[in-house]
Amino acid sequence: MKVFGFHGGIHPPENKKQSTRASVRHLPIPKALVIPTQQHLGLAADPVVSVGDRVLKGQTIAEPVGRISASLHAPTSGTVTAIEAQPVPHASGLDAECIVIESDGLDQWIDHQPIDYKGIERTELVKQIRQMGIAGMGGAGFPTDVKLNLGSDHIVTTLIINAAECEPYITADDKLMCEHASEILEGIKIIQHLLEPTHTLLGIEDNKPNAIRALNEALAEADIDLDLVVVPTKYPSGGERQLIQLLTGVEVPSGKIPADIGIVVQNVGTAQALHRAINHGEPLIQRIVTVTGEAVEHPGNFWTLLGTPFSDLLSAADLKPGAMHRLVMGGPMMGVAVETDSIPVIKTTNCLIAATESEMPEAPAAQPCIRCGMCEQACPAQLLPQQLYWFAKGKEFEKAKNHNLFDCIECGACAYVCPSSIPLVQFYRYAKSEIRAEELEQRKADHARERFEARQARLEREAIEKAERRKARAAEAAKAQAERKKQSESSAGKDDTAALKTAAAVARTKLKKAEVALKNAQDKGLEGIDTLQATVDKLKQAAVEAEQALQSYSATETTASKTDKREPTPAKPDLKALKQQVSIMRTKLKKAEAADDVDESEIESLKARLEEASQAYADADNALIELAKTAGIDLKQLRIDLAMAKVAVTKIERAISKSDDETEQETLKADLETAKAYFTRLESQLKPYE
Amino acid sequence: MSSIVIAILVLTVLALIFGVILGFAAVRFKVDGDPIVDQIDALLPQTQCGQCGHPGCRPYAEGIAAGEAINKCPPGGQTTIDQLAELLNVDSVPLDSEHGVEDVRKVAYIREDECIGCTKCIQACPVDAILGAAKLMHTVIVDECTGCDLCVEPCPVDCIDMLPVATNTLNWKWPEPPQTNNLIATDRQPHLEENAS
Repeated sequence: MKVFGFHGGIHPPENKKQSTRASVRHLPIPKALVIPTQQHLGLAADPVVSVGDRVLKGQTIAEPVGRISASLHAPTSGTVTAIEAQPVPHASGLDAECIVIESDGLDQWIDHQPIDYKGIERTELVKQIRQMGIAGMGGAGFPTDVKLNLGSDHIVTTLIINAAECEPYITADDKLMCEHASEILEGIKIIQHLLEPTHTLLGIEDNKPNAIRALNEALAEADIDLDLVVVPTKYPSGGERQLIQLLTGVEVPSGKIPADIGIVVQNVGTAQALHRAINHGEPLIQRIVTVTGEAVEHPGNFWTLLGTPFSDLLSAADLKPGAMHRLVMGGPMMGVAVETDSIPVIKTTNCLIAATESEMPEAPAAQPCIRCGMCEQACPAQLLPQQLYWFAKGKEFEKAKNHNLFDCIECGACAYVCPSSIPLVQFYRYAKSEIRAEELEQRKADHARERFEARQARLEREAIEKAERRKARAAEAAKAQAERKKQSESSAGKDDTAALKTAAAVARTKLKKAEVALKNAQDKGLEGIDTLQATVDKLKQAAVEAEQALQSYSATETTASKTDKREPTPAKPDLKALKQQVSIMRTKLKKAEAADDVDESEIESLKARLEEASQAYADADNALIELAKTAGIDLKQLRIDLAMAKVAVTKIERAISKSDDETEQETLKADLETAKAYFTRLESQLKPYE
Repeated sequence: MSSIVIAILVLTVLALIFGVILGFAAVRFKVDGDPIVDQIDALLPQTQCGQCGHPGCRPYAEGIAAGEAINKCPPGGQTTIDQLAELLNVDSVPLDSEHGVEDVRKVAYIREDECIGCTKCIQACPVDAILGAAKLMHTVIVDECTGCDLCVEPCPVDCIDMLPVATNTLNWKWPEPPQTNNLIATDRQPHLEENAS
């Protein structure tokens, strides 16, 4: 097989020998297992157990949420004692939701059986893999079922099994291949069954001769179409894109995933986990972890249950007391230092380095960049690290993005070669997370805008609907009113005493007036007496008729006749009520006009009602004036006089309070008395008519 | 003489042709609405908080397009002002403190025991992020809340708090590496001491 090359790369000290001497040991079952719900890329799993539940080994304790997620299983039998925030293996050092299981030491398996993957539907198999909680064990933890269930738009031509394990110190995959080579091949068969690639390559660095030998032996026995490709040792040949380039010579385009060019890469550890899950029915509950570093007496690899705290691993490797200066999770190039050893092992934990101070001293203070260009020579992604550094430092994130910052795999090769010991990767991580946060913010803003606009549209629609309803109501009310009017009109002829009375009164008044006029004319001997006489006669006739009509009506309505004979008393409460009505209508109208959503039809109807009310008030007032006239009082004049008297009283009062002269005050007081007396008289006169 | 006439004719014909093309382009490629308002609106944080004095982000975007100051948006902060300045090609100015100060991102939280179910906050929320019904307890959909503050004021029992968004493993950001400007030896000295301590 031809091996291609990739740009850049470095050759750091390997430090792998320390941990490969001993065979993989099994760690005793820890007392308590802490299982973070987020052990993979994508959304955190959702716990399906509650505190106090007894769980068996392999029992599902959390279900995946969404497409990119993985389920979790109890690594041993025991009791769920808590579901709470605990320290998790994350660069932030923050706490996150974890399921805590206290082991009972029985290690009792739940019922499980192998699956005949060739005999079931492909979708069923993918579902099974998802239920088994398999996620990429190389480092990123991408859910495997998603990678194995590509859409029909992705045709996989090449399957690459990543066994490069290029990062110094880590030997977990190496030992796995040495001891479980045939299991890995079985797992690869499952992947081949699902993806049906035209050829399968297994890339392994030439610094693992034992693993290569073991794989070759297994290959000789197994019936599998697989090419073992030994690649030269160079960091980071185990990077997904770098390994693809090494084995196929094809570069994955920027912003694309390998599947877009027909390639899928799986880690050897994942393949072995798949084999255990499908051919044995065992979900992913354990993995090999390398424990190394100068601070441990017996470095080596351990089969570790997920959720085992780092402290258990360190003591199993005989940590030298006081020697540990730094505890690094992952390799020395891409790993992160952690503060506490209570952090648990998760699906992606491949290595723990307990380093002494001489092994991993504090990074020297960063010097200014001298633009030597060594980082560019080392970059396996062919980026311009120093340019990205300047952009990140100057917070010009947009420019950094345009210089393909997101193609950076954070391998640390640039920082490794930097003569100024600038923590370049930290700058890139910082810039990346700033850009991601900004993009998230932008998405949130767009979402908020959408919701805001949707709400505005809804409010508008509701306002229109409300207006329409109101219009319909107003129309209905108008119709009902018209009907009422019609009814009252048709019944007026029959039973309206008031109308008859008014008619009779009017006839009487007219007659009186005409008689007075006639008398005047007769006295003065004026012309046209005949016509006046005729008018008087006619009016007399009309008055008599009106009286008769009233009489006849009163005859039927016995009570009506009594009220008829009563002295004409002013309609006192009527006037006040009417006045009130008018002012109420006016306020209503004003309110309606001032309202935000002016409803024309309502205002119209209000106006009409105001008109009506004021008309009624005016009519009543006129009637009163007429009535007062019959008593020989000019009501209008009386009202004006009263108002003037009131003004006079207040004027005199004010003058009294202003004047200093006593005699003047005396006279003014006398005036006030007379004015007040006049006012009271007028008031008493007016009283019966108000 | 005839050459002048020909020149005039040619120019007239050309003017007519170009006029027709321009007229067609004006109709065919007519841009509806004001694109600058959209661009400004895209930069604003869409909290719809009204701190700028406008009833929402879009009205403020329209205001900016009409010449209003660009520094009235406290939720957007200096970042938004800088972006607006770049877009509009004007000088960046500091945030106008009259309209508020830049603050950490917050979300509303209803103390549910104290809520009387008056629905006043629901009506105030510009993005419909509060759930509830009359006389029933209300709650905030945290993912939808823009932290605009508008629900706090109408609450008759003051049971709404504005809480800063907690950092978790999902929204955690890598910190900025320490800046080093130790160009000469004397610059470097305090930094080394700091490291040693």
